[in-house]
This record gives sequence, C-alpha cells and structure tokens, in this order.
Amino acid sequence: MYTQGLDQADTAAPSPEEEVQLRDAFQARIDAEEKIEPRDWMPEDYRRTLVRQISQHAHSEIVGMLPEGNWLTRAPSLKRKAILLAKVQDEAGHGLYLYSAAETLGTSRQEMLDQLLSGKAKYSSIFNYPTLNWADIGAIGWLVDGAAIMNQIPLCRCSYGPYSRAMVRVCKEESFHQRQGYEIMTVMARGTDEQRQMAQDALNRWWWPSLMMFGPSDGDSAHTAQSMAWKIKRFTNDELRQKFVDVTVPQAHFLGLEIPDPDLALDEETGHWCFGEIDWQEFKQVLSGNGPCNAERLGARRSAHEEGSWVRQALLAHADKQRERSSAHEAA
Amino acid sequence: MTTCDQKDLFTYVLRLGDSGLVLGQRLSEWVGKAPMLEEEMALANMALDMVGQARNFLSYAGEVEGRGRGEDALAMHRDVGSFSNLLLVEQPNRDFAYTMVRQYFYASFAERLFEQLQHSADSRLAGIAAKAVKECRYHARHSGLWLVRLGDGTEESHQRVARALEDLWPYTGELFEMDEVDRRLLEAGVAADVQAMRTEWREALNQVLVEARLPLPSDEIWMHSGGRIGRHSEHLGHLLATMQILPRSYPDANW
Ligand SMILES: [Fe+2]
Ligand SMILES: [Fe+2]
Repeated sequence: MYTQGLDQADTAAPSPEEEVQLRDAFQARIDAEEKIEPRDWMPEDYRRTLVRQISQHAHSEIVGMLPEGNWLTRAPSLKRKAILLAKVQDEAGHGLYLYSAAETLGTSRQEMLDQLLSGKAKYSSIFNYPTLNWADIGAIGWLVDGAAIMNQIPLCRCSYGPYSRAMVRVCKEESFHQRQGYEIMTVMARGTDEQRQMAQDALNRWWWPSLMMFGPSDGDSAHTAQSMAWKIKRFTNDELRQKFVDVTVPQAHFLGLEIPDPDLALDEETGHWCFGEIDWQEFKQVLSGNGPCNAERLGARRSAHEEGSWVRQALLAHADKQRERSSAHEAA
Repeated sequence: MTTCDQKDLFTYVLRLGDSGLVLGQRLSEWVGKAPMLEEEMALANMALDMVGQARNFLSYAGEVEGRGRGEDALAMHRDVGSFSNLLLVEQPNRDFAYTMVRQYFYASFAERLFEQLQHSADSRLAGIAAKAVKECRYHARHSGLWLVRLGDGTEESHQRVARALEDLWPYTGELFEMDEVDRRLLEAGVAADVQAMRTEWREALNQVLVEARLPLPSDEIWMHSGGRIGRHSEHLGHLLATMQILPRSYPDANW
C-alpha cells in the first residue's frame, strides 16, 4: 500500500512556537477522546512510540505462530488440528492488520520485517519458550492469548484510530482462542493421569512467562507516563498483571491445577490474589536474546524469509513483465 | 438412501477422506515457513479446508462401515497399508513450486470430481461435495495463479516450477483411474466418472501452462499407481508417524 505518512514527512517542519500550539491542540483532542487519524498532525515521538508498539505487536503475532506450528502436524485429533490451523491463520491475519496499521504511520512492512530479521526489533518474550507437550497448546491459548486480551482490550480505545480499529477485530478472535485453549486444558486436566501431568507441567512452565508478558513493573517502565497521557496505554503494567492473576487463578483451581507460586494467597480484604516476585533477571535475559528459543525463533523467521526470496522475486518479475506487455500493447 | 454395496461405498468415501487428510497434513507443514505473510494465510487456509473435507468424509466412512470407527479412529489408528489416498498428495512439499503444482493438480481434479458428486444419488456424499467444490475451486485458482507467476517470473522460478511439473506429472495418472468399486458405484449413480474428466482437466492445465510459458508434459510417460489400494511411496509412513504419535502413544486418552 502507499503510505500517506511518507508524504507528510516531506512537508516543512513547524517552527518551535507552532509546534507548541500543535502539541497543545493535539493533546486537547486526545483529552476529548477524539481519534487521531493518519493524515492528522501528530508529534514525532507519538508517531515513533506507536510504530514501535504496533510493529512489536505485529512481530509477536508472526513469531507466535512458531511455537504453535510445532504441534500442528501432531495435533491429537482432527478437530484439534482444524482448530489450531484456524488459530494460526488468525494470528497471521492479526500480523497483517497490524503491519497495515503501522504502515499508516509511514513505516513500510519491509522496513519492519528487516528490523525483526536483523534482531533489532523486539517481540513478546513469551514466544521464546518451547512447546514441549500437547497441553502447552492449551496453556498458550488460555494464558498467552488470555494475557494478550488483558493488554489489548484497553487498546480498542487507543487514541490512534487505525490501531484501535485493528484491536477491536483482533480482540474478538483472541477471546475465541482463549476459550479454545482453556477447553484443551479442561480435557487434559480431567483426562488420564498422564494427560493431567502434561497439563500441570504446561502450567508450571507457562505461568511465570505469562506474567512477564505485561512488561516491567511500573517503577521500571520507561514509557508508561507519556503513553498514558497519549492514551496509547490506559492501565499500567502492574494493574493489568494483577487483573490477569485475579481472573486466572480461580480458573486454574477450577481445573484442579496448582499455580507454581508458593507465595500465592488471596487477600480477603481487597479480593486480589497476591503473588510472588517475578524473576526479572530471567525476563531481562529473554528480552536480550538469551531465552531458550530466541535463536531458534529468529532463525526460523530468517530461513523462511531467505528460502522464500526466489518466490517474491518471481512475483515482482512477473508483475513487471505484465506491465511491459500491457504498455507495449497500448503503444501498438 | 441408495442401493449400493456398503463396502464399496466405504472404500470410495475413505479414499476421498484419506486424500484430503494427507494433503491437509502436508500443507500444514508449511506453517511458519511461507515465503510471505499472505501465503502463510493462504496455505493455512487450504490446509484447514482439506482437513475439514477429510473430517466430513472420514466420519461418513465410519458410519457407512458401521463398526463404531469415527474420524479419529480412521485417521489415527491405521497404518500405511490401509491408507488409500492418491500418491500425488503424499509427495513431500520440497519447495513452494512443488507445493503449488501438487495443489493445482489435485484441486483442479477435485473441483471437477466434486462438481459431479454434488449430484450423487447418495445425499450425504452430495452434501459434502457441494461444500468442498467451492473450496477446491478457490485452491485451483490460487495455485494456478502461482504457476503462472512462477513460470513467467525469473529464470530460477521458471526452472523450479518446470522441474516440479516434470517430477509430479507421473502421479497424475492415478487421479483418473477407475476400478471395480468406482464402476459399480458409477452405475448406481453414486460415484463420479473421473475417467471422463481427464480431457477437461488437461485442457484447463494447458491454459494455465500457456500463460506460464511452460510446456504441457507428455502423457506418453509411465504413470505411478497404487495409492488407492494401499501401495504407497516411502514418504507416507513418516507423515503418519508424525500425525499419529499422540493417539498411538496414549491409546486410552481423549483429547
Ligand atoms: Fe493474535
Ligand atoms: Fe491469538
């Protein structure tokens, strides 16, 4: 697609006084809950923050297909295979809408992909963990899509129009994924002893990484205040994490599964579940590339890209030839 | 209800289900490896269609058989020798050109097959076919477009797709084979006359290949056969080993 944002970058930059006025007017629109659209003036740092956030989100959808793809050919029934295929297809679709939303801000999909493949861009740390048994597919749907929904529901009201609209559609599908994941866990938790063990093992491995999906705790979160003012963010990381824990703990108990946290306790007064300290060292290591599957995930994306290069070249070459033929035809 | 041999009907429906299942399994191997995001979606979508068709055919086959085997019992608890899919669909993905040629060969055939089966005297079969025909028509269009793009693309893509055509061509004869089961069911108005579809299938392929600047392979070569009676290539065993691992390892479990 053609990106309107690119044209805008060429227009003359406002003077410092104009910039202040524009920023005030911009903030006033946001405070009034108006949506910002691609052609509207916006501060450069607002644009940059959004491009970073939306492209990270898009990358997460794409990389997130890999751990699930790992079980696609081994799904234990045809119904489960069909559901999982539909899910990964949805995730690819989410990646597409999100890249398109980011493109409206003037960054091309190619640029974003290059950043992913070079290792410069980040994606959700959760996908750097391995899927080791079938219950992991249930745990991913239940916990990972569940955490994604917590993060994304507020984004349906994000100040940037194209992002908020993409999120409305994405959230509907994510909640479907969450229910399907929980259903897998239910069947496993109520199945044979071996299945029950798989379910508990999956929960043990995915619980803490799911809590990490909400990002650093509020004290250490660099962008929170500005993003809240811009209504790119509506709740802090810790608020969302607490919400997730409060919703998820009873779901685990309902299945008779144990949350792998000895400090977990219900605060009778507030009704919130208190939980133990996240291993922030692990979080940092996974984010900086040292998780169990970082190298594999990036390697898989790179090799798909490299092996597909002749196909993409063919597509362009064919389109060029078609154009030449039709202009030769017109000239004749 | 039709008056035909239930054993024949079981064999016939099972073959359709097995081809759908094996092709769906092959296509799902592509997830995470496609050359671009749009194809990631298209391949997953085609895989999903094929698995969906397989589920319909296999459940029906199980009912016809009447021994209590459902779709999963048939998919997960049979060995290579009992699978009756076409040899074409078990051939490995190799590269995008192979995958698209295989898809075009099968979908363009299945589109015609299901067009006829929509009018089968067996109403269940007719119902399944009516849904499948739309899917296969889309698959044929999508893969046909890629044959053109690859054939008329770069030197490399042209060579790759030409090679795929040549290598997969010997598996196309089996699509149009008819044995006693097919003939008896054709007479009963249940089965389709696939032999009669060959010319039209070739003609459609030829149109695509002209646009793709690729030669139509010759029919004068030896065609492989045997998938429909359980004689397969070495590839199928590996595909089944992967697909069946969980239900085979935990036979008492429900998933
Ligand atoms: Fe998603
Ligand atoms: Fe999802």
